[in-house]
Amino acid sequence: MYKILLKEDLVPNIHLLKIDAPAVARKAQAGQFVVIRVNEKGERIPLTIADWDREEGSITVVFMEVGTTTHRLAQLGAGDFLASFIGPLGQPTHIDKYGTVVCVSGGFATAVIMPIAREMKAAGNRVISILGARNKALLFWEDKLRSVSDKLIVTTDDGSYARKGLVTEPLKELLEGSEKVDRVIAIGPSIMMKFCARTTQPFGVKTIVSLNPIMDDGTGMCGGCRVSVGGQTRFACVDGPDFDGHQVDWDLLFARQRVYLNEEKDSFEKWKCACSEAEAKAAR
Amino acid sequence: MAKLNLNRMEMPRQDPEVRGRNFEEVALGYSWEQAKEEASRCIQCPKRPCIEGCPVQIDIPNFIKAIQQNDPAEAVNVLKNKNSLPGICGRVCPQETQCEAVCTLAKKGAPVAIGRLERYLADWERLNGGAKKPELAPSSGKNVAVIGSGPASLTAAADLARMGHGVTIFEALHVAGGVLMYGIPEFRLPKEIVQTEVNFVKTLGVDIRLDSVVGKMITIDELLSDGYQAVFLGTGAGLPMFLNCPGENLNGIYSANEFLTRVNLMKAYKFPEYDTPVKIGKHVAVIGAGNVAMDSARCALRLGAEKVYIVYRRSEEEMPARREEVENAKEEGIEFRLLTSPKQFFGDEKNQVKAMECNQMTLGEPDESGRRRPIVKPGSEFTLDVDVVIVALGTTPNPLVASTTPGLQTTRHGTVVADEMVGKTVKDKVWAGGDIVTGAATVISAMGAGKRAAADINRFLGETNRS
Ligand SMILES: Cc1cc2nc3c(=O)[nH]c(=O)nc-3n(C[C@H](O)[C@H](O)[C@H](O)COP(=O)(O)OP(=O)(O)OC[C@H]3O[C@@H](n4cnc5c(N)ncnc54)[C@H](O)[C@@H]3O)c2cc1C
Ligand SMILES: Cc1cc2nc3c(=O)[nH]c(=O)nc-3n(C[C@H](O)[C@H](O)[C@H](O)COP(=O)(O)OP(=O)(O)OC[C@H]3O[C@@H](n4cnc5c(N)ncnc54)[C@H](O)[C@@H]3O)c2cc1C
Ligand code: SF4
Ligand code: FES
Repeated sequence: MYKILLKEDLVPNIHLLKIDAPAVARKAQAGQFVVIRVNEKGERIPLTIADWDREEGSITVVFMEVGTTTHRLAQLGAGDFLASFIGPLGQPTHIDKYGTVVCVSGGFATAVIMPIAREMKAAGNRVISILGARNKALLFWEDKLRSVSDKLIVTTDDGSYARKGLVTEPLKELLEGSEKVDRVIAIGPSIMMKFCARTTQPFGVKTIVSLNPIMDDGTGMCGGCRVSVGGQTRFACVDGPDFDGHQVDWDLLFARQRVYLNEEKDSFEKWKCACSEAEAKAAR
Repeated sequence: MAKLNLNRMEMPRQDPEVRGRNFEEVALGYSWEQAKEEASRCIQCPKRPCIEGCPVQIDIPNFIKAIQQNDPAEAVNVLKNKNSLPGICGRVCPQETQCEAVCTLAKKGAPVAIGRLERYLADWERLNGGAKKPELAPSSGKNVAVIGSGPASLTAAADLARMGHGVTIFEALHVAGGVLMYGIPEFRLPKEIVQTEVNFVKTLGVDIRLDSVVGKMITIDELLSDGYQAVFLGTGAGLPMFLNCPGENLNGIYSANEFLTRVNLMKAYKFPEYDTPVKIGKHVAVIGAGNVAMDSARCALRLGAEKVYIVYRRSEEEMPARREEVENAKEEGIEFRLLTSPKQFFGDEKNQVKAMECNQMTLGEPDESGRRRPIVKPGSEFTLDVDVVIVALGTTPNPLVASTTPGLQTTRHGTVVADEMVGKTVKDKVWAGGDIVTGAATVISAMGAGKRAAADINRFLGETNRS
């Protein structure tokens, strides 16, 4: 059992958990992930490591509520326990002195790009971050990300805050501008990563994306997480999750992410029913 | 000489029609009367070939004799002297190629049902108060890290604990037991039985740390400099092989490892009570004909498939699965498509597999494995409509540990090089045994390797004491 030390609601549907996991904290590196199970009947799901504290022995994850497991997770708070917390898994993001690095993030991924931006900066890069959100209410950690970036550009889809539009627009302007961009890291919803990769491709700037296929074990034993990169089948959990965005077969990734759509819907309906029953009972 | 009794006692089993739709155990086990009757067939022959046929040399004639003499407790003692996991072995060992193959009565076509008697005794013990805690040697003050918790590791850990050493098991998954938990299904090996054995190992003082991926969370070298004087690697052969043919990444195509893990470990057959889903096919093709393939096919049937095919490129004779499971599968209505090899898969607009193109094969000259090589019959292509495919071609060791352990040597098949007898690797203080050394093999061979390695580790730790 792994104790939750802290819970913070970053925006209504994105939450932060700090978990007591000294063995994982000792080894965690930027870009790696953990696999968690909420309870004994729960599914194993992967979450990226957003931060770690080796002294305190803790790991921080940030997640968005999408289906049964993430909703269940959102109901827990400090003092509660997770059934499993396994990691650090996957290859760390390659950190080096490249020159100018652009870190693009969207949605919950602002949290997971934080340690990467921080390490890139520490390695002596000039870091330009682009942070996208659907609207102002869903934006978080702007200041935190600014503190590890030489420059920060914020966009909202609806223009409710900062620049209106998608992250690909400022990305394209940067690539067209006078400053040479040496590397792009894009993390967020798959569709956003695909379009970032498509934006940078004509400029020939290496673009690293963090793929999120469905995973079970996260250690290379099932092959459920297979993705196609450069025409080759790779297991995202052990060969990745970072890959060259220009080489990824995006359509395959999208299709494989949807394999359990119907089952997920059933599971979520059942979960919602159980929740409203519990609420009704509590009200009586 | 008394007349030989050649009526091998049938194993009572669930009716095929019924069991094909549930996950409860298929074989129901002998009653005491049936066990006695079967034991009475053993002629206590002087040559006792069965002992040599057993990979861990159980004193078979003597445990059978104890049953003949109405003393199941003594029979258990004899059995457990050599095999600490009889409830498991009695259910999953390929007896027909081991002890029963060489039984004197096998020449008459009716070997003593040694495996069924073994199972009977293990169940008797479980229901009659369980195992006595054996005497532990006084503490040696030495610690051994055991990596993985499959049969090789459980056996090594239990023996080392008995010898007085501190033992910690590090297991990557959230449950201990290895393939016995995530691979072999409930209807063939109830998980409660595996957990009884795991708990027994715990009562010996073995500390089991789950959720611990060695190579990621901690490395072998760190363990060795962190208070462990020796390491045993029993991480198995958990890396699935694929066909590498077109269409293999379509939705609905699973490795057997993924399919079985979802069903057995994550209990997808109880979805949505359990959260993990699995695709329930109407027409399911399982590629391969080993135990893994039979288990996958029978799971798919129990989930509700209308038709399940075993697609195998050689003939019945070469099928590597346990005889009994092939028979069970046939009875349950699994359709065998032999001398058939998949060529490619076709999907629909949602990337979901819908059909599979196959070739018919013929058998040529024997290959390096001694089995006749399958050859494609030109122009024999045909298609099967399928919506779930399970690839059960075998597994190789996961490179995770070897790649993070400098000094270990691996073969080109990814197995770790270790002494055949005692399991010592070329790296100082590190032993290995089970599927990680042999490639996918059997429960009993993994146990044997764990046992021999434990003895050698004990010898090594004793020597370090004196120096
Ligand atoms: C390496 C990696 C890192 C990730 N990091 C984060 C993170 O830091 N924060 C975050 O909010 N999300 C992250 N995700 C996605 C997260 O794992 C899914 O949102 C979560 O599994 C959804 O589970 P659910 O039961 O709530 O939803 P469901 O209703 O079960 O599924 C919703 C969608 O989530 C995806 N999904 C479902 N099960 C899995 C699974 N076992 N593995 C992966 N994806 C699945 C599917 O595409 C599915 O359509 C990451 C995914 C991967 C592969
Ligand atoms: C579906 C199926 C059916 C089978 N049927 C039979 C049968 O009927 N009869 C028979 O005799 N044999 C059968 N076998 C084969 C038999 O199960 C194996 O040969 C045996 O389990 C091997 O034991 P092991 O201890 O070497 O490894 P495993 O049982 O594979 O256990 C290895 C353990 O190590 C863990 N591990 C791996 N990597 C790490 C790591 N980096 N850190 C920590 N832990 C790790 C794994 O999670 C696993 O729990 C079957 C196998 C399968 C898959
Ligand atoms: S070989 Fe057969 S008959 Fe002879 S002792 Fe063994 S079990 Fe009995
Ligand atoms: S999640 Fe199972 S191999 Fe990657």
